[in-house]
Amino acid sequence: MSTTTAESSATVSPTAPAQTPGRIRRRGDKSLAGSLVSHGILIVASLIALFPILWLVFLSLGPDKDDYLHPGGIWKKMTFDNYSFVLQHTAFFDWLKSSLIVSLGTTVIGVLIAATTGYAVSRMRFPGYRKFMWVLLVTQMFPVAVLMVPMYQMLSDLQLIDSYLGLVLVYCSTAVPYCAWLLKGYFDTIPFEIDEAGRVDGLTPFGTFARLILPLAKPGLAVAAFYSFLTAFGEVAFASTFMLSDTKYTFAVGLQSFVSEHDAQRNLMAATAVLIAIPVSVFFYLVQKNLVTGLTAGGTKG
Amino acid sequence: MTVAIDRATGKRHGERAPRPGRGQRLKQNYQKHWYAYAMITPVAIVLGVLVLYPLVYGVYLTLTDANSLNTARTIGVNHIDATYKFIGLDNYADILWGDTAYDRFWSHFIWTIVWTALCVALHYCIGLGLALLLNQKLRGRTLYRLILVLPWAVPTFVTVFGWRFMLADGGIINTALDALHLPSPAWLEDTFWQRFAAIMVNTWCGVPFMMVSLLGGLQSIDASLYEAAEMDGASAWQRFRYVTLPGLRSVSSTVVLLGIIWTFNQFAVLFLMFGNTAPDAQILVTWAYHLGFGQQPRDFAQSAAYGILLLAILIVFTSFYRRWLNRNDQQLAI
Repeated sequence: MSTTTAESSATVSPTAPAQTPGRIRRRGDKSLAGSLVSHGILIVASLIALFPILWLVFLSLGPDKDDYLHPGGIWKKMTFDNYSFVLQHTAFFDWLKSSLIVSLGTTVIGVLIAATTGYAVSRMRFPGYRKFMWVLLVTQMFPVAVLMVPMYQMLSDLQLIDSYLGLVLVYCSTAVPYCAWLLKGYFDTIPFEIDEAGRVDGLTPFGTFARLILPLAKPGLAVAAFYSFLTAFGEVAFASTFMLSDTKYTFAVGLQSFVSEHDAQRNLMAATAVLIAIPVSVFFYLVQKNLVTGLTAGGTKG
Repeated sequence: MTVAIDRATGKRHGERAPRPGRGQRLKQNYQKHWYAYAMITPVAIVLGVLVLYPLVYGVYLTLTDANSLNTARTIGVNHIDATYKFIGLDNYADILWGDTAYDRFWSHFIWTIVWTALCVALHYCIGLGLALLLNQKLRGRTLYRLILVLPWAVPTFVTVFGWRFMLADGGIINTALDALHLPSPAWLEDTFWQRFAAIMVNTWCGVPFMMVSLLGGLQSIDASLYEAAEMDGASAWQRFRYVTLPGLRSVSSTVVLLGIIWTFNQFAVLFLMFGNTAPDAQILVTWAYHLGFGQQPRDFAQSAAYGILLLAILIVFTSFYRRWLNRNDQQLAI
C-alpha cells in the first residue's frame, strides 16, 4: 500500500515544472496540481503512520478483553477502567521501576565509558586504530544469539540472572561501542583548531578533552544518552530471557505477560501499551532531531 | 575528513630512514600514544570482559554438545557439574549439511536474505520518496514530518502488539477487507501471510529512520547546485539523478549498511508477532533464539553455532561492502 507513494512521488515531480511556461517561477514554487498530489501522498502516509497507534488507544478504552474483535461496540461503553485497573492492580509500577533502573544504568555507564574513547578515535591516530574501529563496528552487528548463550552461562555462574546488574552489564556490551561510535561522529564535527589552541596553551590531551571538548560536546553526549536509554528500554530478547521474577520484568517483558496460554487480557495490554508509549513518544519527539544528527553526523556534514 | 592534530603525526611504515631497535620503538610508541591508549582503555576493558570473553566462550560452546541437560546447574541445594563433551566441528557440519539441514538452516537462510533485501529496499525507497516530498516548500510540512516520525517514536514492543490486534482473525484489517469483498488472509497463521505481515510491520517501523536521515542529507545539499543545474536546462529527473542522488551518497551508504545490519538481526518484530507459533516465518536470529531458549531441552551449542554463523555472514558482507565503497571513492559515514 505505501509502496505506491514512493513511486508516484518520483513520477509526479518531473511533470510539475513543465507546466505554466509563461509565468516566471522561483525555485521551490510548484504548480497547483503538483502540490495537491504531494499533499495527497503525505496525508495518506500520515494516516498509515498514525492509524495503528490511534487504534491501540481506541481499543484500550474498551472494557472487554475481546473488544478488539468487534470494535464498533466500544463507542457505547468507552471507559478508562482498563487504565485504573492497570495502575492499581498490576505490577505496572514494578515494571516501570525495573525499566528505569536498567535503562538509566546502561545509559550512565555507557556514556561515561564511551566518551574518552570517542574522543581518542576522533582525534588521535595510534597503532591499532583501524583494528579498534573495526572491532567497534563489528560489535554493532552481533546478533542476539551470539552473546546470549555464553552470557546466560556466565551470569548464572555469577548468580546475576534475574538481577538488574546482570541486565545492565549485558546491555553495556552493545551500548558502550555504540556510544563510542556516536560520540566519535559528534567529536569529528567540533573544529580541531579548538584542540590545537588548547594544546598550545599547555593543556594535556586529557585537559583539552575535559575542559574544552566535553563542554562543547554536551549535545552529542545527550544524543548518546538518549540513544542508549531508548535501546535499553525497548530491548526484548535479553530482558525476556534473563529476568525471571515478574516484579523485575521490564516493560518489554511485562507487556507479554498479559497474554498467557489460557487467558489473554488484551484490553489491559492495550491500556498498558498506551501508558508506556505516551511518555516515551513525547520524550522521543523532544530529541528526535538530534538523534539523527548524532547518528549520521559524519555523513551529512561530509 | 579534516586533518586532526595528532593525525598528522601518524607516519607510514618505513618513512624514517634509520629504524631504531625494537625496544626503542616500543618506548617511542608508548610515549607518543599513551594518551590514546589510556583513553580507549575503559572501552577496551568493557569489550574484553563483556564481548570478547563471552564470544570466545561461545565459540568454545559451539564445539561441544552443551544443552540445558548437561551444563552445570544448581537445583535447590544440589550442584550438578557440567557433563557436556567436546565434539569438534560437528555442530557446524550438522547445521550446514546435516540430514535436515535444508529445513533447519537453509530455508531460514534464504528467507532471512529475502527478508533483509525486501525490508531495506522498502525502507529506503519509501523513506526517500517521503523525504523528497518533505524537502519541498509545502504548507504544514513540519506537521507531516512529526506525524511520519511517530512509528519510530513508539517503542517496537508496543507497536507490534498494536499490529497484532489489527491483524488478528477478526481484527480491523480483515474486517475492512471483508467489507470490501476482498479475501481476508489468516495473517498470523498462514506462512506466506505471516511473512507478508512481518515485512509490512517492519517496513512501517523502519521507514521513519530512513526518512529523517535522508531528509537531513537532502537539506545538506547545496542549493546552488540545483540552480546551476536548472540554468543548464536540466529536467527535474536529471536534477534528481545527477544532483540529489550523488549528494545523498554518503548518507545513503551509511543508512543502508545500518539498515541491513539491523534488519538482518531484527529480533523484536518477529519474536513478538509470532512467538513460537511460526517456525517457517522465523529468520535466523529468532530461530537461533528458539533453539537456545524457546524449547526444552535448550540446545545451547547449536544456538551459539547459529550465532557465530550469523556474525560471520555479516562480517563478510560488511567487508565487501566497505571495499566496494572504497573502490567508488565513498566514505562510510559512521
